[in-house]
Amino acid sequence: MAFHHRPDAPELPDFSMLKRLARDQLIYLLEQQHEVDKLYKVENKPVLSSSEQLCFLVRPRIKNMRYIANLVNADKLAGRTRKYKVIFSPQKFYACEMVLEEEGIYGDVSCDEWAFSLLPLDVDLLSMELPEFFRDYFLEGDQRWINTVAQALHLLSTLYGPFPNCYGIGRCAKMSHELWRNLEEEEDGETKGRKPEIGHIFLLDRDVDFVTALCSQVVYEGLVDDTFRIKCGSVDFGPEVTSSDRSLKVLLNADDKVFHEIRNEHFSNVFGFLSQKARNLQAQYDRRRGMDIKQMKNFVSQELKGLKQEHRLLSLHIGACESIMKKKTKQNFQELIKTEHALLEGFSIRDSTSYIEEHIDRQVSPIESLRLMCLLSITENGLIPKDYRSLKTQYLQSYGSEHLLTFSNLRRAGLLTEQAPGDTLTAVESKVSKLVTDKAAGKITDAFSSLAKRSNFRAISKKLNLIPRVDGEYDLKVPRDMAYVFSGAYVPLSCRVIEQVLERRSWQGLEEVLRLLNCSELAFTGGTKDDKAPSESLRLILVVFLGGCTFSEISALRFLGREKGFRFIFLTTAITNSARLMEAMSEVKA
Amino acid sequence: MNRTKVDEEEYWNSSKFKAFTFDDEDDELSQLKESKRAVNSLRDFVDDDDDDDLERVSWTGEPVGSISWSIKETAGSSGSNHEGREQLKSRNSFSYAQLPKPPSTYSLSSFFKGRTRLGSFQSLSDALTDTPAKSYAPELGRPKGEFRDYSNDWSPSDTVRRLRKGKVCSLERFRSLQDKLLLLEEAVSMHDGNVITAVLIFLKRTLSKEVLFRELEVRQVALRHLIHFLKEIGDQKLLLDLFRFLDRTEELALSHYREHLSIQDPEKRKEFLKTCIGLPFSVEDAAHIQDHYTLLERQIIIEANDRHLESAGQTEIFRKHPRKASILNMPLVTTLFYSCFYHYTEPEGTFSSPVNLKKTFKIPDKQYVLTALAARAKLRAWHDVDALFTTKNWLGYTKKRAPIGFHRVVEILYKNNAPVQILQEYVNLVEDVDTKLNLATKFKCHDVVIDTCRDLKDRQQLLAYRSKVDKGSAEEEKIDAILSSTQIRWKN
Repeated sequence: MAFHHRPDAPELPDFSMLKRLARDQLIYLLEQQHEVDKLYKVENKPVLSSSEQLCFLVRPRIKNMRYIANLVNADKLAGRTRKYKVIFSPQKFYACEMVLEEEGIYGDVSCDEWAFSLLPLDVDLLSMELPEFFRDYFLEGDQRWINTVAQALHLLSTLYGPFPNCYGIGRCAKMSHELWRNLEEEEDGETKGRKPEIGHIFLLDRDVDFVTALCSQVVYEGLVDDTFRIKCGSVDFGPEVTSSDRSLKVLLNADDKVFHEIRNEHFSNVFGFLSQKARNLQAQYDRRRGMDIKQMKNFVSQELKGLKQEHRLLSLHIGACESIMKKKTKQNFQELIKTEHALLEGFSIRDSTSYIEEHIDRQVSPIESLRLMCLLSITENGLIPKDYRSLKTQYLQSYGSEHLLTFSNLRRAGLLTEQAPGDTLTAVESKVSKLVTDKAAGKITDAFSSLAKRSNFRAISKKLNLIPRVDGEYDLKVPRDMAYVFSGAYVPLSCRVIEQVLERRSWQGLEEVLRLLNCSELAFTGGTKDDKAPSESLRLILVVFLGGCTFSEISALRFLGREKGFRFIFLTTAITNSARLMEAMSEVKA
Repeated sequence: MNRTKVDEEEYWNSSKFKAFTFDDEDDELSQLKESKRAVNSLRDFVDDDDDDDLERVSWTGEPVGSISWSIKETAGSSGSNHEGREQLKSRNSFSYAQLPKPPSTYSLSSFFKGRTRLGSFQSLSDALTDTPAKSYAPELGRPKGEFRDYSNDWSPSDTVRRLRKGKVCSLERFRSLQDKLLLLEEAVSMHDGNVITAVLIFLKRTLSKEVLFRELEVRQVALRHLIHFLKEIGDQKLLLDLFRFLDRTEELALSHYREHLSIQDPEKRKEFLKTCIGLPFSVEDAAHIQDHYTLLERQIIIEANDRHLESAGQTEIFRKHPRKASILNMPLVTTLFYSCFYHYTEPEGTFSSPVNLKKTFKIPDKQYVLTALAARAKLRAWHDVDALFTTKNWLGYTKKRAPIGFHRVVEILYKNNAPVQILQEYVNLVEDVDTKLNLATKFKCHDVVIDTCRDLKDRQQLLAYRSKVDKGSAEEEKIDAILSSTQIRWKN
C-alpha cells in the first residue's frame, strides 16, 4: 500500500536549508544581539521577570502592541527602567509602530524584524504558519500578508532557481504574483543563470474552492487533524490514545515510518494495515526464540531498537485509530458523511436541511452546524430565504444571539448566503459599479461581489466531473482517482483544477470553468519560460495555497503525483480544515 | 492664563530691559545654546541611527529583511559572519570620527541625504559621501523642527516602494489632495496592505474625515483597509461615522452591537443591549436583538432567584442537583433546558417557567419537545416524558404523538440511560418497521424484536436473533415458544 513513487519521479528539493536558515537567524537575533536567555509565551498577563531587558518575539498585531505598551507604561509608572526590544515576525507593520507611538513608548522600545516565513513541516510541505491570513484577507479584505507571500516566493526562487512555468487563480494569487514579479525585477540578477529546480508553480486562492475545505476528512492524516488538531506538524495525543495517564506530543512527518505509510490512506484501510503490521512485528520478535547466543547478541544490538521504535509508533497510531473510531461512532459519523455526500451530489436537499436543523436543535457542536450550513449554501448557490431565516433563528437560539455577528461575517465572505432574486442584485451591481473607479477592484465593488458571486458549484462539478460515476463499489484500497480522499464520492475541486491546468500547461479550454468560478479575469500564466530547464524539474510542482490547505488536498495531489510521475511540493499560509475556517469566521470564541 | 501671558508680553515690550530671545544674532549665549542643542540632537540622531544600523545590518552588511542576505548567509561559510560584523562595526565607528560637527540644526539635513538608487542605506558613511539629495528623514518620533528644510522629492511610486521595504520615509510632502490620492493609488496598485494602511494612517491624520470618507467611498480596496484598521485599533467612533457616511446602516448597527461582547457585568450588558434595539438592523435581525435583550433580562431575574434558593438549601431539586454554572449569557435553548430541569412545573405566569419561555420567544414545538425531553429524561422523570407525548382527542381518547419522530425520542432516552421498559414502549411507537427493528436490536429491546419478527412472520430473522439472546433466558424461551407455535404461517 503506502507510498511508492514511480521510479522516474524527481527528487524533492532539500528544505533542511530553510530550517537551518531560520534557526540561525533566530539564534542570532536572540542570543548574539539581545542576549536572551529565557523565553516566555506572550500572554495577556504581567511579566514577572526581574531582567534588565525584555525582548518580545511577536506577530505584528495591534493587540500585541497594546500588551507591550501596557507593560512598558506600568514599568514607567513604577519608576523602573528596562530595555525593550520587539522582534516582529515576519515583518513590522506601520500600524504597529503607530500604536507604539500613540501609547508613548516609541523610542522606549526598539524594533527588529525576523523575516521568517517558511517553516518546513515535512519533506514536501512548507507552511507560513499564518492562520490569520484567512480572516485578514478573505473576510476583511486586508492585503497585509501579500508582501509576505511575495517575499517567501522570492526566497524560494533564489534558493531553488527560477520557476519556468507559473499558473494562478484568484485575486490574491494574482496580486501576490504581481508583487513577487516586482521584487524579482528590483533585485534582478540574483536568480539569473540558475538552473530551475522546480518546473512549475501554481498559486490558488482558498475561496476558489471552499467546498473541499468544508468537508469532513477521511484520509488518516486529515482525520487526525480534524480529531486532534495537528499544530505545527505535531499533535498532542491524550491519555485516551496513549493508554497511559499522560499526554504525548508526537511529531507527524515522513520520519515516522508507520505514519508515513498510512497518512494518505482512506481510514477504512488503516486498521487492516496496522494489524498486519503488528503481526509482522510479532513475527520479528518471535524470531529470537531458538536463537543462539551470537544471533541473540546481533538481534539485540542491531534490530531490537528499531523494532521497539516501530512498536511504540504502532501502538500510538492504533490508539489514535481507536480513539477516532470511538468519537466518530458517538457522533454518528456515518449519517453525517451521508448528508455531506448528498449535499455534494445535490440530491435530497430537504432531508439534508432537516438533518442540519436537528443538529442545531440538539446543540451539537456549533462549529459543526455552521460548517454544514455553509456546505449547503455553497453547493446550492445560497439558501432559499425561508430556510436561511429559519436555520439562522434556530442557530441563534441554540448557540447564542451574538452569533448574529458570525452570520454577518459568513455572508461577507460568501460562505453562507441567502439566495436573492437575480434582477434586484444586478440593479444594485450596476448602480454601484458606476461609482467605482478603483482599478484594482475590478468592475464590481467587492462589498457586493460576495453577494453577487454565485458559487455555481453544481455546474462546475458537472463540467469538471467532480462526482465520479460509481459502478458498483468504489475500491478504496486501490483508488482510481483523487476522489478516494472523500470515500470516492467527490474529487476535490482545487486539485482537479490544478490537474487540468498542468495537463494543458495553460488555462486554455477551461474558460467556462473560470467563468463559473467567477475567475475569468483572475487566472493567469507566467514564468521565466526557461528552455534549459532540466526535464527532471518539469515534473516537480510547487502548489501555493493562499488561505490554507487541508491534508485531504495534500493527499489527493500526492496521489495524482504518484499516478503521473510528478512530485508535488506544498506551500500554504497554514494548514486548515473545516473547523478552523469556521472558527476564523466566528465572532465569539468557543 | 491668557491674561498673564498678555501681561508678560506687555511687560517685555514696554520694559527698557532687553528681553533675551534666541533670534538675537550677536548674542554669544544664544549661539552657544544653539550649537549645544544641535550637537545634542546630533548625538541623539547618530546614536539612534547607529543603533538602528547595527541591528538592521547583518554579518555580510546586507540589511536584515532583505532576502538576498539570507541567501548569502547560508551560501557562505558561517565562520566569516563574525568577521563581517566586526568589520562593519569598525567601519561605522570610523564614520563617526569623520562626522563634521554641524554648527546648527540646519546642516543636519545633510545626514538625511542618501543615494538615489533604491539600494539600502548601509552605513552612515554611505549617507555622507553620496551627494544626490534624497532624504532619509525619519518620519516618526523626532521633533519636526529639526528637519524643517529637508528636501524630499521621492515620487509617489518611489515612496511607496520604500515603504514596502520597511524604510523610514516621510509622507509629509504629500500635501495637496491630489498628491495624497496619487500616493494612495500607487499603494493600492502595489497590493501591499501594510503600505496601503501606512498611507491611510497618514491620510487619516491630514484630511478631514468628510474628505477622507468621500475619497475612500470610490476606492473600495483602500476603504476595506481603513475599516479593518479602525476595527483593529478599536477606533469605534470613527468606524461608526464611516459606516454612517457610507450609509451602510446594517454594518453600523452590527458594529455597535459587537461592543456588548466586551461588557462583563450583566446589568450593564443588559442596559447596553437596550440601546441596540432601535438600531437600523434588518427586520429579522431587529427581532433577534430584541430577543437577546429580553433573554438576558429574564436570566438576570432567574439567576438572582435561583442563587437565593440554592443557598437557602430548602429546595429539593437544587440540593439534589446543584447548579454547575450560572445561567447568565447562556443561549435560549440552554435556558429552556435549565428551566425544564429546575422549574418544570411552574405556572405559565412565572418568568422561569418553560411554558413562559416558549411563548415569549416563540420556540417551535419541535425544539421545545426535544429540550424538555432531554431535561426530564436526565432527571429520569418518566411520567413527564410520557405526558410530553400524550395528546387527548375530543372524545377523550389518548394518543401518543411526537413532533420529532419517535426514533429520535428513543435515541435521546437511550442516551439518558432509560430503563428497557421505557425504551421498549417508545420503540414500539416507531412507525417504520425497519427502523423499529434496527432500534430495538441496537438498544436490546428483545420483546420488541421478537414480536416484530413474529408479526412479520419472519422465521429466519427470529432464528438469527435467538443466537443473540442469552442462553436460558426468558427471551429464549419466548422465541422457542413462538417458533414452535403452529398458529403462525411463516413466510420463510
